[in-house]
Amino acid sequence: MDALEIARWQFGITTVYHFMMVPLTIGLGLVVAVIQTMWHRTGKPEYLRMTKFWGKLFLINFIMGVATGIVQEFQFGMAWSEYSRFVGDVFGAPLAMEALLAFFVESTFLGLWIFGWKQLKPAVHLACLWIAVIGSAFSAYFIIVANSWMQHPVGVEMINGRPVMTDAWAVFTNNTALVAVPHTLFGALAVAGAFLLGIAWYHLWRRRHDGIDTIGADGKVIPGEAAIPGRDRTDHAVWIRSLRIGAVVAMISFAGTALTGDLQGKLMFEQQPMKMAAAEAACHDGTGFSILSVGNVGSKNCDDVVAVIEVPGILSFLAKGDFTTEVRGVNSLLDQYKADYGTNLPDNPIYGDRAGQEIQYVPVMEVTYWGFRMMIGFGGVAALAALAALWVTRKGTVPASRGLMRLAVFGILAPFGANAAGWIFTEMGRQPFVVAPNPDLSGIDQVFMFTAAAVSPGVSAGELLTSLVVLTAVYAVLLVVEVKLLVKYIRGGVVAAMPELAHVPADENEDATPRDGGPGKPGGTDDVLAFAY
Amino acid sequence: MELLPTIWFIAIAVLWTGYLFLEGFDLGVGMLMKGFARNNTERRVLLNTVGPVWDGNEVWLLTAGGATFAAFPLWYASLFSALYLPLLLVLVALIFRAVAFEYRGKVDNPRWRARWDWAISLGSLVAAFGVGAALALTTTGLPINANGDREGGPFAWFSAYAVLGGLAVVGFSLLHGLAFLALKTDGDVRHRARQWFVRLLPVLLLPIAGWAVSLQLLSGEIWTVLAVVAAVVAAVVAWNFARKGAEGRAFLSLGAFLLLGSASIFGAAFPVVLPSTLDPAFNLTISNASSSDYTLGLMTIVACIGLPLVLAYQAWTYWVFRRRVSDAHIPDAHSFLPAIAAKALAPKD
Repeated sequence: MDALEIARWQFGITTVYHFMMVPLTIGLGLVVAVIQTMWHRTGKPEYLRMTKFWGKLFLINFIMGVATGIVQEFQFGMAWSEYSRFVGDVFGAPLAMEALLAFFVESTFLGLWIFGWKQLKPAVHLACLWIAVIGSAFSAYFIIVANSWMQHPVGVEMINGRPVMTDAWAVFTNNTALVAVPHTLFGALAVAGAFLLGIAWYHLWRRRHDGIDTIGADGKVIPGEAAIPGRDRTDHAVWIRSLRIGAVVAMISFAGTALTGDLQGKLMFEQQPMKMAAAEAACHDGTGFSILSVGNVGSKNCDDVVAVIEVPGILSFLAKGDFTTEVRGVNSLLDQYKADYGTNLPDNPIYGDRAGQEIQYVPVMEVTYWGFRMMIGFGGVAALAALAALWVTRKGTVPASRGLMRLAVFGILAPFGANAAGWIFTEMGRQPFVVAPNPDLSGIDQVFMFTAAAVSPGVSAGELLTSLVVLTAVYAVLLVVEVKLLVKYIRGGVVAAMPELAHVPADENEDATPRDGGPGKPGGTDDVLAFAY
Repeated sequence: MELLPTIWFIAIAVLWTGYLFLEGFDLGVGMLMKGFARNNTERRVLLNTVGPVWDGNEVWLLTAGGATFAAFPLWYASLFSALYLPLLLVLVALIFRAVAFEYRGKVDNPRWRARWDWAISLGSLVAAFGVGAALALTTTGLPINANGDREGGPFAWFSAYAVLGGLAVVGFSLLHGLAFLALKTDGDVRHRARQWFVRLLPVLLLPIAGWAVSLQLLSGEIWTVLAVVAAVVAAVVAWNFARKGAEGRAFLSLGAFLLLGSASIFGAAFPVVLPSTLDPAFNLTISNASSSDYTLGLMTIVACIGLPLVLAYQAWTYWVFRRRVSDAHIPDAHSFLPAIAAKALAPKD
């Protein structure tokens, strides 16, 4: 395999993996902060338990995002040195700011939150979590500013063949970033919503299955108690509230992703028309949105694609907001790209062996077409399921059906799938460019870079293959470990995250214990370690 | 000489020094999980001294990397791509180490813990060695061509300086970790850490001294040579404080040693950021590797706001967790009755 192909696979695999952990961190962090705020204001024991339980899962996942994030920063220099040289003047700044202004905040204040249950006053302790959550949102902002510059380069001038930043305001308020940031944050919340919904469903089902909760004559739940730590009436409140919060978050975030996604789509039709034409597998100019198109797999000829079901007008609505404007298809765009950027890679040493190759301006259409539809489909299914879940649980618990419970648990995967599909679509749809040219901005139209020129010239295919194999293997092992740990702590319920529940007499609950409620030695007075590794 | 590139050379030297000062001791504590800690309780004492802070410390590495990318893209691109395989090793080490901190205590099982203990100690060792090798090589040179790309294959970076730099950061981190443990623990661990510190100081600082001295021979100036002498004095002072049991002062003196040593090394390397061993004409310097003045100016403003804030809230974190940790503070192992396992006890209707 070519070094370029390996480097692309590596970047794709490591990024999609990293972006499984990150949305859960961002979304769940916000949810835990809201829940802890409710506990702080009401003092209700179920909110403390929810904070501890969801906080524990949050931390198990958070560390994986941290660990895999370092790879992302190093990878630009290691595998994509020509890219780093080309864009460094403008692309390095948001990455450095992400570390200095956002990730420092996130890591430091999260450390304070984890270990500071006793050392900090309750309000300060809560503030630490909020600061960390806001830090993670800023982190997302800076990374997306960097990514958006690759989608839509702004604020630069070409000097000696490289883009040089001349307008930081334009870079940091790139309209591509301003719509991608809320889209990504809503996507992260969608993950958290499905996560709460699925896990809370499991626990409510478990309580019914174990005979703790029963159904009264009016169909309403009668929460019960079992002589097991943590499986009391408060436990029922923990799960039903978590389920409702999760469902509401899932629905709000779907509405948010849909609205911001629509804005993003309209921008992309202007900024990267080929990406959007490929998302539609629309070969000819037209107005129709394809529900199903089929073609010969692997065929490079756009005319092989046949639209089986198409709704007229909808594509124009997505792109321009009306039902009649013709949207340009792949074939007419292809001629324009060839005229503007050439048919073959230039005879320049930075292309290595790839110099002179024919340029494929049409992205892999199976990926863009289905990626776009999977993103919307998974997101929509998750939101509909959340609505159904609110209706089904209106009487305070879930049905006894094991199948429905499994569906709710596996439903957690839907928004993960939507996020991954969306990113794969938007990054692969940008090809063959790593920095996509602006078709309509005449002033800086020389700002673009072919992916074929971006890879490190000094790094051998063998080295890249080594890292691809090593990182994929390490990530696979750690995914198994993380999922196993999550499952263990999910099945353990609240008491897994709050061992102190097992230490108090059965007739008390945590109402009677001090608000800090950390797991110190029972009866001990030390406040050195409110939490210990 | 250009002002902004010089400021950013100093800023990156400061970031690396901050990284070595802060993550230095948590890498050292990580390595000491094997060999120094005698049982699980002691290992947990070690872990909990750095528990609340190690992640914040590691961000210094990301910031140093990100700042190099932003301020000197050509330095970043050449150094990171030339050291492809060693940096891959560092990444894998950092991944396992980070996950190990968080996951080690999550399952109450000795085999599980033993695996993660190895991940922490080996991960810390490999990360420290790799970072040290990379830093040494950026001061002594790599076989890079006119475009800044490595010539000579995947292992062309290897040299005696790589080993020296690796040992330098490993040795310093171990010693710094001992100083930190003496400062942050109580009882037997504290006592032993101080004892080890006093005994091992000369050996553990030898490689870093060797690196600093050889760089003076390559490209030293009067002030950088004086900085080396001052660093040696600081090391003697640290040793003397530790011998007398003044742990805080020993720790700070070792910090002064690092500051002076790093000033002597970066100062001697200046203004070259990455020498080429093939041809001095290919050297990357602060002039030919830096970003535009506009970008550097923007980054200067951001750093002037961001860095003091980071220092302030990280200092506050150390204040919040200032208490010494000892065996007696370690709570019982984190075990629980899974709700599901307890279902047999549940009343049946």
